[in-house]
Amino acid sequence: MIEIKNINKSFEGKNVLNNISTVFDKGKTNLIIGRSGSGKTVLMKILIGLLRPDSGEILYDNRNFITLPRRELKKLRTEMGMLFQGSALFDSMTVLENVMFPLSMFTKERKKEREERAHCCLERVNLADAIHLYPSEISGGMMKRAAIARAIALNPKYLFCDEPNSGLDPKTSLIIDELIHDITAEYNMTTIINTHDMNSVMNIGEKIIFISDGQKAWEGSKDRIMTSSSKELNDFVFASDLFKRVKAMENAGSPPAFQVN
Amino acid sequence: MIKALHDFGEYVLLMYRTISVPERWSVFFKQVLKEIFKLGVDSLWIVIFISIFIGAVITIQVSLKIVSPLIPDFTVGYIGREIVILEFSSTIMCLILAGKVGSNIASELGTMRVTEQIDALEIMGVNSANFLIFPKIVAFVCFIPVLAVFSMFFGIMGGYLIAWTSDVITAAKYEFGIQYWFNAYYITYTIVKSMVFAFIISSIASYFGYNVKGGALQVGKASTNSVVMSSVFILTLDLVITHLMLI
Repeated sequence: MIEIKNINKSFEGKNVLNNISTVFDKGKTNLIIGRSGSGKTVLMKILIGLLRPDSGEILYDNRNFITLPRRELKKLRTEMGMLFQGSALFDSMTVLENVMFPLSMFTKERKKEREERAHCCLERVNLADAIHLYPSEISGGMMKRAAIARAIALNPKYLFCDEPNSGLDPKTSLIIDELIHDITAEYNMTTIINTHDMNSVMNIGEKIIFISDGQKAWEGSKDRIMTSSSKELNDFVFASDLFKRVKAMENAGSPPAFQVN
Repeated sequence: MIKALHDFGEYVLLMYRTISVPERWSVFFKQVLKEIFKLGVDSLWIVIFISIFIGAVITIQVSLKIVSPLIPDFTVGYIGREIVILEFSSTIMCLILAGKVGSNIASELGTMRVTEQIDALEIMGVNSANFLIFPKIVAFVCFIPVLAVFSMFFGIMGGYLIAWTSDVITAAKYEFGIQYWFNAYYITYTIVKSMVFAFIISSIASYFGYNVKGGALQVGKASTNSVVMSSVFILTLDLVITHLMLI
């Protein structure tokens, strides 16, 4: 579980995040949604420690991320996995070497054991055939899957995903969403996904935090998002024609277009 | 001025993070070996090529300028050797390597920065500066003496080639000239100087590449800036080191 309390962040006097507090549940896919420029990327960067908040607390299972001593912070970092928007695979390494990298850096396992673990992670994401290929030789979807395999190599407790579906076709997006969802349940991780893809929201949004103008404007689950009375959230959710039609169908009494699992 | 001081402070802080005990020695040595091949061994051919031709041209130029009957012919070999050993194989070669190696380092790190690969390392808990930059500095500083020695040898051989194949000077006189009044300390001076320059090239290029903000355009700019700044520092330090070691 990750808890954030009164997070504030400003750049050159401009408030980007304003007093944000929430809890990201363990074993669930927690989604941060919002328009471009709403502050969700800044919040994600604060959560993973790439930016420091002006004030507030970040608690990883009651461990304060900001005040943690260096050694414990390093240990905590090995419990974190991250899936970047552009995958961020190391260009100079093959897919297998990319997945083995965190194992080589942070475990004392022998090479054979590290390879076995990497193979296991790559099989889990259905990428066993591409182990000797370089990132430049595989597709965007495969890169995301390789990045997921690297992120779970150390059995992390926390998984962060920044726009996991960006640049992917709808079908591949669905595969990546389901993979992240299944892995979250399997590893009992606290997963936080930064997205503005409404398909992902309706597919895997077990807990959703909507950020608007640097403030938490709404919090709930995917089954409540369609019936929310928040104007800002409705403007965001029903911005697309598809979702407007879904809303109209539901208002007209048709069966819900999205089945809630 | 304030910006220059700020940049210098950032450079010092980056070097402080860079020069620390590696996370895993085995990974570090592997990285150093890889960088030796990439930055050093891959630069050998250009060093040899340039040295042969510059050595040959120096011999022709000097022989054409020495017209006085009071100056013996072997002076061509002597001057050629002094130029090659004292300045060419360290300073000029490092200026050339600032273009090849410096831009390679800056663009590699810059691309890693804009594609979030450096962020990925940081999130994993890896000291990215130490992991990425330190092996490059160690590899280049350790391998530069090899490049300098190759440059000296092939520079002098370039002149010898001209002595053999043309009539600007006889091979025997050139041979006598390159052995005349030889001071072995100059080799030490050249190697020390080239090692300092190697540190300058690799650390400045790393600084510019590591701190890229933006996209492809900024990566190119960082690469250019690293070459310009390295050249400025190489020439400045050339004067300082020469003053300290030769006067």
